Amino acid sequence: MLELDDIGFCYPESGWVFRHVSLKVPAGAVTAVLGPNGRGKTTLVRCAAGLMKPQEGAVSYDGAVGFVPQARGGAFAYRALDMVVMGRVRQVRLFGTPTRDDRVAALDAMERIGVGHLANRQFPTLSGGEQQLVLIARAIASQSPVLVLDEPTTGLDLHNQAQILSLLRKLVADGMGVLLTTHHPDHALYLADFVVLMDGPDDVRSGPTAAMLTDEALTRLYGIDVQTVTYEQNGGGARRAIVTRYGDELD
Amino acid sequence: MPPPTTTSSQLEDITEGSGAAPGRVGGPLSILAAAVVLAVTIMVAVSLGRYTVPPSHVLQILASGLLPEGGVSGTERTVVELVRLPRVLLAVLVGGGLGVAGAALQATFRNPLVSPDIIGVSSGASFGGAIALLFGLGTVFLVGGAFVFGLLALVLLFALTAGRASSMLMVVLGGVVLGSFFAALVGLAQYFADPYSSLPAIVFWLLGSLATATWAKVAVAVVPILLGTAVVLLLRWRLNVLSLGDDEASSLGIRPSRLRWVFLLACALIVAGAVAVSGAVGWVGLVIPHLARMWVGPDHRVLLPVSFLLGATYLIVIDTIARTLTAGEIPLGVLTALVGAPVFFVLLRRNRDRIWDHA
Repeated sequence: MLELDDIGFCYPESGWVFRHVSLKVPAGAVTAVLGPNGRGKTTLVRCAAGLMKPQEGAVSYDGAVGFVPQARGGAFAYRALDMVVMGRVRQVRLFGTPTRDDRVAALDAMERIGVGHLANRQFPTLSGGEQQLVLIARAIASQSPVLVLDEPTTGLDLHNQAQILSLLRKLVADGMGVLLTTHHPDHALYLADFVVLMDGPDDVRSGPTAAMLTDEALTRLYGIDVQTVTYEQNGGGARRAIVTRYGDELD
Repeated sequence: MPPPTTTSSQLEDITEGSGAAPGRVGGPLSILAAAVVLAVTIMVAVSLGRYTVPPSHVLQILASGLLPEGGVSGTERTVVELVRLPRVLLAVLVGGGLGVAGAALQATFRNPLVSPDIIGVSSGASFGGAIALLFGLGTVFLVGGAFVFGLLALVLLFALTAGRASSMLMVVLGGVVLGSFFAALVGLAQYFADPYSSLPAIVFWLLGSLATATWAKVAVAVVPILLGTAVVLLLRWRLNVLSLGDDEASSLGIRPSRLRWVFLLACALIVAGAVAVSGAVGWVGLVIPHLARMWVGPDHRVLLPVSFLLGATYLIVIDTIARTLTAGEIPLGVLTALVGAPVFFVLLRRNRDRIWDHA
């Protein structure tokens, strides 16, 4: 369980990004952060992952938080497996190198994500989707009970987006807690149990997805006419999906 | 979803440091090969020169007491023990140290165009050493001054680039600024130096050479260079993690700022030791890590030891050429630049499309 208790973050030059944000990221559930560009989604999850220190409030968690950044190649062409083994740095002694156990754990994490066959490939030569999957494998190899992902589907094609979403679903079914940011309300509808809507320093609201992601709330959040439709899924069961109206007059 | 288990046969294919490209040999094997090449190079270099000593005699002299010493003349023994061996060992320390420091700095700055001389550390260290010579202080101050000002140059560069050290443009330009600033300070030290005592000492020292190698100089260089190298080698795998960048490194559970300081200190120590005994020998710290990376890949568990061994071999070869090609001595810095600058040119050309990517 990852818990943000009344946190606030402030940039010296531009003031408060958000204040009084309290949030619980429980195990076995997905929490999605939504909002227009520049409202502090990334700042919030970076605070949650311990990469930035909020000026107010406290962040607490059991064990460690696995952070999955947006994949961007890297200066040195390490092998994918070597990238994943680096997730074990907490388990490796200061002057030590990864043991056979660490390599087995890393390869297991890759197999679990379905990228075991990429182990010997150079990380920067992988596609964006493959890099994202390898970085998720690295967070899993670190044995963190909570994953924090910054826009895991951005820059990926539809197939890779679907692959990441179903993978996250499986991980959550296994008991992992997930906090992610997304620009796709549809992904939040599909995946998230809870959502956080960020629309300004004093306008951060959170709650269960069904209650929060109403047509009115989405329309207000993005300033564009957003409707949800309900349809029957192939396997049975109703599902809501987003319909946006492009080209209408925006205010 | 049951966790899949990895069979040992799967893992055999993926052993430590077994490079990504097919055809690359495994890490430990590469280190062994580089060590054998260095040992052979040492033997050949010690036997070559104006007075040639047969390699078999070199072996007999090196293994005194273990092998029968038939046929070894007293002159040969003197040449090997007092002239050639300290010079070759000094080349091992300086070349190996600069190779490993270059590789460590490239990872610390996440920038493959970094080396001690390009980013101004060597210039800083030269100024520190020049001050010690200006005031006629001893070797401890020579090394100490080189260390303090080499480290100062590193810290200034890091402050200048403010954590955006992966920006190649900023680092290279920052190095130009620091390099010329410290070169100006060296000029100032020379201006104030006594033209009969300290000025010649500074000038000859700055020219850079292994020609004056003695066992005393080996003793001066061995502590800072081996100490710095040991620290870097002990933390070789953490350097992989650090080279991912501060965000990723700290999210994986290390403290990048603290670890980076350890590497900067260790590299400043190595460069100080090298500059103190040989002046500013350029280009080794840039060329060697690149050659090593082409050979064994970027994994620092293998790259760092291979960079040391390759750097040592390289400087012995260059220094042997310097002292045997002509009747006189070709300055070492001239030769390393003649080899290094074209290699750098080719590297820049090959990377020209992505050289500013990390800005």
